[in-house]
This record gives sequence, structure tokens and C-alpha cells, in this order.
Amino acid sequence: MSVAARAASLLVAFVAVVGLGVFVALYYLGGASALPTVHYAASGGQVNVTLQEDPQNNSASKPDWVSYYVQDPGGGQWVHTTLFSVPANTKVNVTIYGYDGCTPLRNNFFSQVQGTIGNTVTVSQFDQHGKEYVTGQTTSVINAWANCNAGHTFAIPGMNLYVPVASPNAQLSANNLCSSSPCTPQGNPYARETFSFMSPAHGGVFRWQCLIPCGGGYLDGNGGPMQTLGYMMGEMDVVSS
Amino acid sequence: MTTTTTTTEPAAEAPHGRRLFGIWLILALAADLAIWFAWKPHLPPGDMSDSARHQQFDIAVLAVSAAPVIIFVLLYFSYSIVVWRARPGDDGDGEPIYGNTKVQATWIIGTTLIVLWLFVFGTVELAGTAGAGAGEGPSPVWKLAGVTSATWSPGGKTMLDVQVIGQQWTWTFRYPQFGGMESTELMLPVNTPVAFHVTSLDVIHSFWAYQLGVKADANPQVDNVAYTTARTLGSVTVRCSELCGIWHGAMFNYGHVVTQSAFGSWAAGVQAREKTDGLLAALPPFALAYDPTVIPQLGAALPKVDGITGAAGYYYPPGDPVTP
Repeated sequence: MSVAARAASLLVAFVAVVGLGVFVALYYLGGASALPTVHYAASGGQVNVTLQEDPQNNSASKPDWVSYYVQDPGGGQWVHTTLFSVPANTKVNVTIYGYDGCTPLRNNFFSQVQGTIGNTVTVSQFDQHGKEYVTGQTTSVINAWANCNAGHTFAIPGMNLYVPVASPNAQLSANNLCSSSPCTPQGNPYARETFSFMSPAHGGVFRWQCLIPCGGGYLDGNGGPMQTLGYMMGEMDVVSS
Repeated sequence: MTTTTTTTEPAAEAPHGRRLFGIWLILALAADLAIWFAWKPHLPPGDMSDSARHQQFDIAVLAVSAAPVIIFVLLYFSYSIVVWRARPGDDGDGEPIYGNTKVQATWIIGTTLIVLWLFVFGTVELAGTAGAGAGEGPSPVWKLAGVTSATWSPGGKTMLDVQVIGQQWTWTFRYPQFGGMESTELMLPVNTPVAFHVTSLDVIHSFWAYQLGVKADANPQVDNVAYTTARTLGSVTVRCSELCGIWHGAMFNYGHVVTQSAFGSWAAGVQAREKTDGLLAALPPFALAYDPTVIPQLGAALPKVDGITGAAGYYYPPGDPVTP
């Protein structure tokens, strides 16, 4: 093989390797950037964040994964993402609609509400007919082992914030759960939970996750949706002014 | 053309051995003094606990042991290049060497002494410091001296038991001498022997309390014991040092070493709060290791408890692990 041919072969191989690397990087980076971030702005020193957790989702690739949704404060539509931003040093009022059924915690310690203002949450539960069978109950523990009580958790370990999220009761969890996402209150049993916390004084990205092993079908229940951004794993971007 | 063959006889006559030894002795002494007095106080992991101090001491001793060897190698290398290099016009071969009993004996004796020294020193340090902060399994060979008791109060010599529980991707800490209360914060009293009981609820993690010099694997259903005694007040960084999943890098939090009275107040306060809000009653009875598929309050192993799990089904499906 001539020197020119060898040089050409080397060049082609080099371009192929570099091209493959760029493709892989763009594929993953592009995939990550495709996940939208919902931005919440403060009003009167407070910001209202609204989430829901569903037994399934409306994605094309993993429709059977449990998933969170974030409500866009502008139009009110539900966005299939787990990325949202809040201002720093602001009271964050969170509302979570729990449409998924109950699952026991691996460590029942996380039945305790920690890191919210007052270390409590307020829970209301509704059946599929819209009847409110638990009305505005404020509690510091939602015991995930006592009955069918908790569906998931909303936990930001970096802020020491651990919140069990209530679910519809056992009978409703077994038979009548919402089957089309994003879920709506009409015709579906759900729990509505509210709590507040102060966002950190300085900016930064805070990982949040579910601590109930709800990744059904995966080893120890922690694979799949449990570790994937856009499903049960998310990030809260705290933006300093 | 005339070819001239030169020999290196004049160089061989120089007192190379004594010269090398003299230079080596000075450099080695300087290096060891610098390591011991200037570097040692800054070596990781610091001196916050007995185990950390011993690790700092061990690293310094090993550095002091290694420095003369490294210096000898580098010195001999440099000396050879400078003194025994081929001069211009020197095309002759080196002197053939068929064996040197003195060199061989020195080499064998020297390396044997070094290896034996490392073996004895390492064993003594492990034994003398109750495992040097490493996990020793459920039945430690080297135990830390201390009084064991079902309760703990400030001012005594009672060992504090702390159960370290790892799960993807956070740590919690349980204190059996305070009613089995649990916390996301690692709080420890100063000047108190501590026995960590490290376990996991899912995959293998590794509890690494850096400033304390404690590192122990967290295996599911295994009680891995590690000891330490904190000697100064301050903060501790707790990390997972075993790749445990995609968010392994985010699995860290912080702990604090406080005075014994402050610790007693904190622990009693947490215990009282968890009793009041019902959490203590909701926790499983304290055990040195848990099978997370068994939930005492539900009275059955989890996979047998149908109808209480979420839409995704059991979190331990029969036949796990499987792919969806």
C-alpha cells in the first residue's frame, strides 16, 4: 500500500472515530436538552409549584413507567418533565396530585415529613366520583406501612427535604386508578397534598427523587423510572436573583 | 582511520560507593524530616478521630519508609547518567558481570526486611486501632475497648452504637440506645467510642466518613462493624464510595461531632419528636440487618402482599431481576 493510500485510510478511520464520538455526544446531550424546564416566578415572595404523579405516562418509549408531571404556571398545561426552577430564598408552596396507587417504603423512616415549614403536609383524598373522603388533614407522618397510604415520595436530600406523597386508598388503588396521562381529577381517585419550604438562599441545582422503590420490573425496584430524569428523578434549579 | 578503544578504569577507581551513600544519606534524611515535620500534619484524612490520626500516622510512616528507596533509585539513575555515561569516541562494551554475591545478598536481605517491616507494621496498626476504621464484618476481630449498654448518657464510657443505613441514594442513621430513633444527620459525641453498624436496604454501598477515617461496605442484610472515637468537634462529610447506580455521585450528606451534652440533648429531642408524631412506632424493631422485603406491620413478605402496591406492581416481583 502506498504512503498516500495509508494516509487516506488513517484519515478515514480518524474521521469515523471522531464522527462516532460526536454522534454519541450529540445523541445524549440532545436527549437531555429535549427535556423541558418549567420556570416558576415568585409573586409576593412566594412561588406555587404544582406536580402530579401518575401510574403511567404519555411518552412513546416508556409509557408504562410511573412518572411525575410539572404544571406550567403560564398556560396550566401538564408538562412531562421533572425539571423546574424556582427563585432563591423564596417560600415555595408545593401541591402534588397523587394519582398512583400505594407502595410500601423500603425504609419507613421516610414516612416522616421532614424539611417542610412546620414539618407537616396537608392531605386531601378523593374517590373517582370526586367525593372528598379525607379533608385537609395536616400530619407529620404518612405511615407507608400501616395501610395503603403513600404512593411515592418527593425528596430533595441536598436540602434535607423528605415528603411522603399520599395515594388513593387500598380499594381505589387496586381497581380504579387513572389510566391515561396526564391524569385529571374527573373520574379518577387521587390525593392532593400541599406543603411549603424555603428555597436555599443561594442558587444551585438540587436533585430530587422518589424513595419508594416504584421501578417495577427492575432490580430492587430502583431502576428504570426511579433513576431517570423526566420520570421519578428530577432536578430543581434554584435561581439566585 | 585509526580506531581508539578507551577503557573506564579511572572512573572505576573513584569511591563511587561511599560517594553515593553519602549523597543518599543526606537526601534521604532531608526528605524524611520534611515528610515527618512539614507534610504529616496536612496528610489525609486529618486528625479528627483516633482512626483518622492513625491513618495519618500510617501514611507518614510509609512515606518515610518509601522515600529513601525512591531517592536511592533516582540517585543511582542520575549518577549513572552523569558519571558512567559513554564519552565521545567510547565505542567499547561495558564490563561483563557474572554475579556479585555482595550485591545479591544485600538485595535479598534489604527487600526481605522492607516487606517484613510493612507486614508487621500494618498488622500492628490494624490490631492496635480496632481495624483502623475499616469495616470488619459482623464479628470484628479487633474490637474497640468500651462499655456496652442498652442506654447512653453523657459523661460515661459507654460505647455509642450507630446503625448506618444506605439506600439508593441517601444515608440514614439509627440510634438503638435512643429508642431506635433514626435521622438523616450523623451526629456523634466527642471523646466517645463509637461502633458503626453499616448495612444497606438495596444494593452495595460504602459508608465513607472521610474526616473520621471510617470506611465500611454497606451490604444488604449484613452488619458490617467499624469503630472510631472522635477527638475534635467539627463537620464530617459522608459519601458513598461504592458505585451504586447512576446517582451514586449525589449520595452524600454531612455529619457533626458535638459535645457529649449537646449530643445527648439532640438525641433525646429527636427521640421525643419521633415518639410524639408516631414515627418510632412505625419503624421496624431495631435489628442489626434488615430484609426489606419483610414488613413486620404488614405481617408478610412484601411479594405476598398483593393489592397494596402501586400500578407498577410489587417492588420485588417474583423472578427479580428481570427486564421490563
